[in-house]
Amino acid sequence: MSAIDRESGRCLRRTFLFSSVLLWTLTARSADNMSLDAQLSFDSLYKSVGVLGTQYSERAKLLKGKVIRMRGYMAPPLKPESRFFVLTREPVAVCPFCSSDAQWPSDIVVIYLKATLGPVDFTQRIEVTGKLEMGSWTDPETGFVSQVRIVDAGVSTL
Amino acid sequence: MHFKPVSLTVAVCAAVFSATCAAQTIFPVTRADIPVGSHFDFKVEFGAVVDPTQVKVTINGQDYAKVLGKPAELIAREDGKEVSSLLLRDASIRKPGQYTVEASDGKTRAAVTWHVYATAAKPVAKNVILFIGDGLSIAHRTAARILSKGIEGGKFTGKLAIDDMPYMALLTTQGTDSIITDSANAAHAYTTGHKSCVNALGVYCSRAASTLDHPKVETITSLAKRRGMAVGAVTNSEIEDATPAAMVAHTRRRSDFNDIVKMYYDSKIDVLMGGGSPNFLPKSTAGSKRGDDVDYIDLFKKADYKLAISKTEMLAAADDAKTTKLLGLYNTGNVDGALDLKFLKKGTVAKFPDQPDVPEEMAAALKVLSRNKKGFVLMVESARIDKYSHSLDPERAIYDTIMLDAAVKQAKDWAKAHGDNTLILVTSDHSHAVSVVGTVNDEEPGSELRDKVQTYAEAGFPNYPAPDAQGYPGKVDVSRRVFMTFGAYPDHYETLRPFMDGEFVPTIRNAEGVMVANEKYKTVAGAVLREGNLPNKGARGTNSGVHSGDDVVLTATGPGADKVHGQMENTDLFRIMADALALAPQESGAVAKARKK
Repeated sequence: MSAIDRESGRCLRRTFLFSSVLLWTLTARSADNMSLDAQLSFDSLYKSVGVLGTQYSERAKLLKGKVIRMRGYMAPPLKPESRFFVLTREPVAVCPFCSSDAQWPSDIVVIYLKATLGPVDFTQRIEVTGKLEMGSWTDPETGFVSQVRIVDAGVSTL
Repeated sequence: MHFKPVSLTVAVCAAVFSATCAAQTIFPVTRADIPVGSHFDFKVEFGAVVDPTQVKVTINGQDYAKVLGKPAELIAREDGKEVSSLLLRDASIRKPGQYTVEASDGKTRAAVTWHVYATAAKPVAKNVILFIGDGLSIAHRTAARILSKGIEGGKFTGKLAIDDMPYMALLTTQGTDSIITDSANAAHAYTTGHKSCVNALGVYCSRAASTLDHPKVETITSLAKRRGMAVGAVTNSEIEDATPAAMVAHTRRRSDFNDIVKMYYDSKIDVLMGGGSPNFLPKSTAGSKRGDDVDYIDLFKKADYKLAISKTEMLAAADDAKTTKLLGLYNTGNVDGALDLKFLKKGTVAKFPDQPDVPEEMAAALKVLSRNKKGFVLMVESARIDKYSHSLDPERAIYDTIMLDAAVKQAKDWAKAHGDNTLILVTSDHSHAVSVVGTVNDEEPGSELRDKVQTYAEAGFPNYPAPDAQGYPGKVDVSRRVFMTFGAYPDHYETLRPFMDGEFVPTIRNAEGVMVANEKYKTVAGAVLREGNLPNKGARGTNSGVHSGDDVVLTATGPGADKVHGQMENTDLFRIMADALALAPQESGAVAKARKK
């Protein structure tokens, strides 16, 4: 069965091969360090989410390029060896019940890690700390297009 | 037992060259039904690099190029691999009949047979409306009937509009690769009349490396547009999703959303409504899901489409007599289903408070499309019956079945008021493993969840309030509810009650990559862990309910509907539409002669 064949009905299994995947090491940060950074949430990231595009909040625009903290859930990574993953508002078993990989929620944040990451429970809320980037970016390896990113990121569990 | 499309190929091959046989694969596949004059890509895939001088391809004993009108390209090494292919894009056959295609590379030989047919010469219907309840199964239908109509004296007090049709058939849904289909190749069967494989739209599944290079077949949109008709597709899924996309798309991979947007644009489809706006936005726009800077909103506008991004705008655009093309995008994702949109206000309703439902979309589409005097083809999909069945959320699936019924009722009324010349077909693309097995009664004593389940005589009747004008009960969390259960599922917590706070998310992948029950529901009163009966690990791990291979029901009314009867292939539905509209009549002798000159 080809990778393509596996897509439908089972939502993106093809991209999440987990066999010997979880070789990452958790990059935990202490609560003390985090308090120095600015907190941003899925609610405070956008001023509005509309059919014809999203508007970033003034706060988000102010924090662009700065180190921020953001809480959410890690979606299973696009590629096992990848150092990026998708942070979502709610836990997803990767876009539950959708029929294709084009159907991510529109308010996702892409996380580029500064180091590999140990096993993370996708039902566990996490906090990501790193530099906030905004604007379209196409990941050269996967072609994944993102609008908001946190780069040089570390992750801690809550 | 299963039959592969190349079975005849293999049989011929085995009989003739049993020693070193690597048979060619020929597209269209054997037993394909092809309308005369319709366009299709002809492809022969050889098992190795071939000597061009040894290649011989005939159709009914004649050189294939003579029958198809032009020669194909022989690709020496397809996609850089050590295999050759013969490929001819946009072939067509003008004369009905049986066509046996034989392909030899000098060592092996394969053969397939096509059935080329002409439709009626003159249309019996002016318009066709094809309703698809995605995933609609018998249980959804029965449950919707119970909630919408009620029972008195053992009889339903009324008929659903989807039932109240003079003609009915059972459709089989399997494809070229499997007894189980998905919404892509299932809808493709309806819109092209060809079978295909899971995930494929408008193409046969070949070995081509690019998802966009597989052998194409012509869609009903293209055939209808060639005859000057208007075409529309409205849904409450993302508009790029498989069912509506089947109206125009040619791709091996249904998730090629950005390509599908381009295909919509290129198809010149007249009305297009649903969710899924991010794939129309250039990547420089925040919220875009495109990888390029093409602004399809702008392109559609420049091509004279009215744009509507809310119900209010849609109604205004449809009322404007000058509107003949309409693009309606009402959500970044799927449009909310009926239960959330009308009653619970959950899902994305707070974010998108002015979304139309499917009947409203359809009414707007009918206004716009009927401005074309040559008639129209409209697909109307209630998409989330399927999505809510994947998420094991019975109430949402049932409410969206009622929504489908409301749309069908409206369409029947419209057809009656507009000349009674519209063929209306209502079906599903595939089924789910769902069944109505009784009621759940909160008043039943007992400490365990299962104690609340009532079967046989005990099941009695649920106590939903009387439905509103569209058939929806105003309260879903009644104390005695329909128990629609799922037969194929991942690990999840069963609660046997409606999900009032939003769609059920039954299963999550854990850190080890195993699909496990979502702990969020563990604390719901009485919740019981149901161990799944579907794969839960690795690439085959499943986080939702799955499609079943059960037949689906097709009901029909209007001119041409009398051909709907008995047990039919899903591809037969295409032919019923093509016949009703005379989309592929045989050329008269005079026309054929004129063409030759």
